Amino acid sequence: MLTIAGTEFSSRLFLGTGKFSSSSVMAEAIAASDCQMITVALRRVDLDNPEDDIMKALSQREYTFLPNTSGARNAEEAIRLAHLARAASGTSWLKLEVTPDPRTLLPDPVETLIATEKLVKDGFIVLPYMNADPILALKLQDAGAAAVMPLGSPIGTNQGVLSDSMVEIIIEQARVPVVVDAGIGAPSHAAYAMEMGADAVLVNTAISIAGDPVAMAAAFAKAVEAGRTAYVAGMGQRSKQASASSPIDGKLSSDLGFLA
Amino acid sequence: MYQSPDFKNLGQLIRRATAHDVEQALSAARPSLNDLAALISPAAEPYLQQMAAISSEITLARFGKTTQLYAPIYLSNYCTNRCAYCGFSADNVIKRKCLTIDEAEKEAMILHERGFQHILLVSGEAENAVDVEYMEAIALRLRDKFAAVSIEIQPMSTEHYHRLFLAGITAVAVYQETYDPDLYKQVHLSGKKRDFDYRLETPERVAKAGMREVGIGALLGLADWRAEGLALGYHLHWLRKAFWSTAFTVSFPRMRPATGEFEPLEIVSESNLSQLIFALRLFDPDVGLIVSTREEARYRDGMLGLGPTRYSAGSCTAPGGYGDSDSEAEQFSVGDHRSLDEVSTMIRDKGFDPVCKDWDCGFQLTDY
Repeated sequence: MLTIAGTEFSSRLFLGTGKFSSSSVMAEAIAASDCQMITVALRRVDLDNPEDDIMKALSQREYTFLPNTSGARNAEEAIRLAHLARAASGTSWLKLEVTPDPRTLLPDPVETLIATEKLVKDGFIVLPYMNADPILALKLQDAGAAAVMPLGSPIGTNQGVLSDSMVEIIIEQARVPVVVDAGIGAPSHAAYAMEMGADAVLVNTAISIAGDPVAMAAAFAKAVEAGRTAYVAGMGQRSKQASASSPIDGKLSSDLGFLA
Repeated sequence: MYQSPDFKNLGQLIRRATAHDVEQALSAARPSLNDLAALISPAAEPYLQQMAAISSEITLARFGKTTQLYAPIYLSNYCTNRCAYCGFSADNVIKRKCLTIDEAEKEAMILHERGFQHILLVSGEAENAVDVEYMEAIALRLRDKFAAVSIEIQPMSTEHYHRLFLAGITAVAVYQETYDPDLYKQVHLSGKKRDFDYRLETPERVAKAGMREVGIGALLGLADWRAEGLALGYHLHWLRKAFWSTAFTVSFPRMRPATGEFEPLEIVSESNLSQLIFALRLFDPDVGLIVSTREEARYRDGMLGLGPTRYSAGSCTAPGGYGDSDSEAEQFSVGDHRSLDEVSTMIRDKGFDPVCKDWDCGFQLTDY
């Protein structure tokens, strides 16, 4: 079980709610993924309006809502949006996004840290979206982040976990859960992140713009589960040299008979 | 300060493009300005379907299966400029009207009732009727009622734009009309608008003022549309480098019959317009591309998902026109008369999500 801020999740797949062709397709895809945590953008959803299309399609009883601050350009805006989101939704969960460049939507490390410090003090459960920077992950963790969300590659690019060497260090060092977010474009990418030891992955574009989003959501669920199972089972070390899958006596073993 | 490249050279650059250049541009991972020239060129015309397919793919990846929707509110048709092509031109004999703050709010609330959450406040250019105080007062009335309030009014100073940003305005659109300085002088006969450079520098002043989004565009039907398209690409490219935290949109106002009965100097066909839209999408995957109700329903339906990201709907281009359907004096006549609900239904039927809310007043509720 994955535990974040005292809440247990049996699914390690988190879903975004943007870019779907309709709220009903989105709801079906989310159901097919078995996910329990979904992120919603305050800019897209009227969190306190039960008639809002997205709010009508999803129940806050069934899913943990993770409102996000998509669109915030600095800490001040993100903090303001976070408070509005909490007032409207009643939840303290927050995916902190501070993305001053509307083109790449890459996270601002400085402002994200400032906002995390403040929002943790204000009682939020903060999951900051961040670049795959191990030192930043540790600083966010020290500031009280409930999990860290390093990106695999720029959002929406479907390029997979290009930041893997940094994500590996983050996974190794962090005490809080590591959720790989952004850039995951195929179930194999999600499986790869999970095999590395990520605690969860967050997927949106790869599912929402797939030919059949519902089937794709189910495929991601399987991949995440397979990746996690493989990680727990203990993956073999990667090696540049070939090694036989059935060791042959004498040839690949060294004689250690000299040992006392 | 931005310097537009020589307009005549742009036309020549475009006409030099060969089919080989087009093919290279189509396969470029990050098309350059030279690639854009090839994509806009006559040599690219046989590749229009390919361009559409690539443009559609890029748009889908970046914006998803969604189309944003907004509606304009015409605040005033007073204008101190004489522009040869415009229905609001100072010497046109039309019924002039400038909405009071209360009337403007009433118009806005009619659109709110209809389901709009993003409105664009439009006016003629007459500072004695529509000044910064007037816009500020309207913005403060509307800012907590709408997800986004944009403006398309006369160019202002950075200081005035900043006041409007603090009052709740999210975006500013200002179209150069034409990037050809000579033609610009010919069609802008008198008034402040005659100053080509002041208008060209306006997007910079808007971005410096902290606005989130800046809209640029050229009025299609004045100069060679291909050269205008490339000039737009240059402008966009420069703005992106100079203002990396600002979002940009491009609009494609294609000339329609107006009261002054100005005949377009250049005919821009639907096929030309499509080529321009696809080319800009390939050139800049993230730019918002806006197609208004100037275009006919058939065209807008066909283009859905192929490149454009934002449509207006249910538009009336006369001040007070939503409350009083007898209002005359439109800026231009609309090509798509469908309501928000009808346009939304069409968008859904095509497998896309009509998005009215893609911003939040929370962003704008700064202490004023």
